[in-house]
Amino acid sequence: MRWLLDLLSTSIGKKVLMALTGLFLVLFLAVHLYGNLYLYAGEEAFNHHAESISGNALIRIVEVVLFLSIIAHAVSGVQLTIRNRRARPQRYRVKRRAGFSTLASRSMIVSGSVVFIFIVIHLRNFFYEARFGRAAAGESLYRVVSETFALPGYAALYVIAMVLLGVHLAHGFLSALRTLGIEHQRYTPVLRGVGLLLAVGFAAAFASMPIVFFVRSLA
Amino acid sequence: MTLHLEIWRQPGPEAGGGFVSYEMDDAVPDMSFLELLDVLNERLERAGEEPVAFEHDCREGICGSCGFLINGRAHGPLRGVTACQLHLRHFEDGERIVLEPWRARAFPVVKDLVVDRSAFDRVIQAGGFVSVNTGSAPEANALPVPRADSDRAMDAAACIGCGACVASCKNAAAMLFAGAKVTQLALLPQGAPERRRRAAAMVEAMDAAGFGNCTNERECEGDCPKDITFANIARLNREYLAAKLTR
Repeated sequence: MRWLLDLLSTSIGKKVLMALTGLFLVLFLAVHLYGNLYLYAGEEAFNHHAESISGNALIRIVEVVLFLSIIAHAVSGVQLTIRNRRARPQRYRVKRRAGFSTLASRSMIVSGSVVFIFIVIHLRNFFYEARFGRAAAGESLYRVVSETFALPGYAALYVIAMVLLGVHLAHGFLSALRTLGIEHQRYTPVLRGVGLLLAVGFAAAFASMPIVFFVRSLA
Repeated sequence: MTLHLEIWRQPGPEAGGGFVSYEMDDAVPDMSFLELLDVLNERLERAGEEPVAFEHDCREGICGSCGFLINGRAHGPLRGVTACQLHLRHFEDGERIVLEPWRARAFPVVKDLVVDRSAFDRVIQAGGFVSVNTGSAPEANALPVPRADSDRAMDAAACIGCGACVASCKNAAAMLFAGAKVTQLALLPQGAPERRRRAAAMVEAMDAAGFGNCTNERECEGDCPKDITFANIARLNREYLAAKLTR
């Protein structure tokens, strides 16, 4: 185990941890999105799906890994950012970019922080209600979701967080692969495309739900 | 042509520094950037002032001594060019040009535009070498090297260790430098036996020197005067991971 702790204390080791947890979180997003799409299939289908996964033992185990991944990703992200800031104590008066970095790549700590804050609020509103709160007491989870999405503040926060999640993924997916050493002139352009597709796809699909439910609540 | 220089002046490592303006109305478009500083220094010396300290040696773009930020870009605005090979014809008459030393915790300023880059030496001392016994050289054809590998190793070996990658990186990371050295040696049979130990030791030395970490933004490649590619960083990651997971 010492070699593992040793690895995690180095700069590249921390980045590998970020890459692996980040890719795991992308995988989780796909599973989460699959479940969310039941919202469009109606109240019964959604509630049925929600009940079937919350009773699954495997899901409970993966849930723990998921929470640990979120924490590890956030903590090492903050640690690396602090280390990077310290590596240049004095800023340049004039600094121009060579032109390869993007707004997404330069603002990972900002997009990541907003998404993290969103996740905490999101867990309180849905995970807590589903597992321990209103839905656990027998209320329809679908109703909990549609009522929450009808709140303009929450719907707006959700949409903003999903846009920033997309921005985060636009750099994060390819960056994670590169940190793991995956870089090849033949495959990197394809993987960059996959990353952008995931970024736009996840952001649009997740953000559509609060928008649709909020608009419905007005009618 | 006339150029308005604003140069970072700092008398010593512990002293505070600041920008000083110099009007250069005797600049000639065919001068290199270092020659412009030579002209300025002659003028300063005649006036009894302290000349601007800057590093230089070959002035052919191959030694890696020179380098500072010219209007916010390491070695200036051209791609694949060192400061000594950058000519004034690439600037506009009357342009204002800001000169700043590399800024990184691992590269403390010695004086004016000169920084201490011995952190790079420590990274090299940690593993940027091949241990060979002296004696007669082996028969060249006894060591077959695929052409693609020797090309890649040679491209990486073009790194002159100037520090532009560190200077241009927003995290002051030395990954492009270390990646180039690791690639150059790992791809050739002479360097292969030590590749794992080398990658691990160089990364440790890099961390210890206080460099930042790569965030995969590729700005270093854009400012590298030798066009060292970003793919070398991914290879360093691979080599390092292989070292840590197998040793």
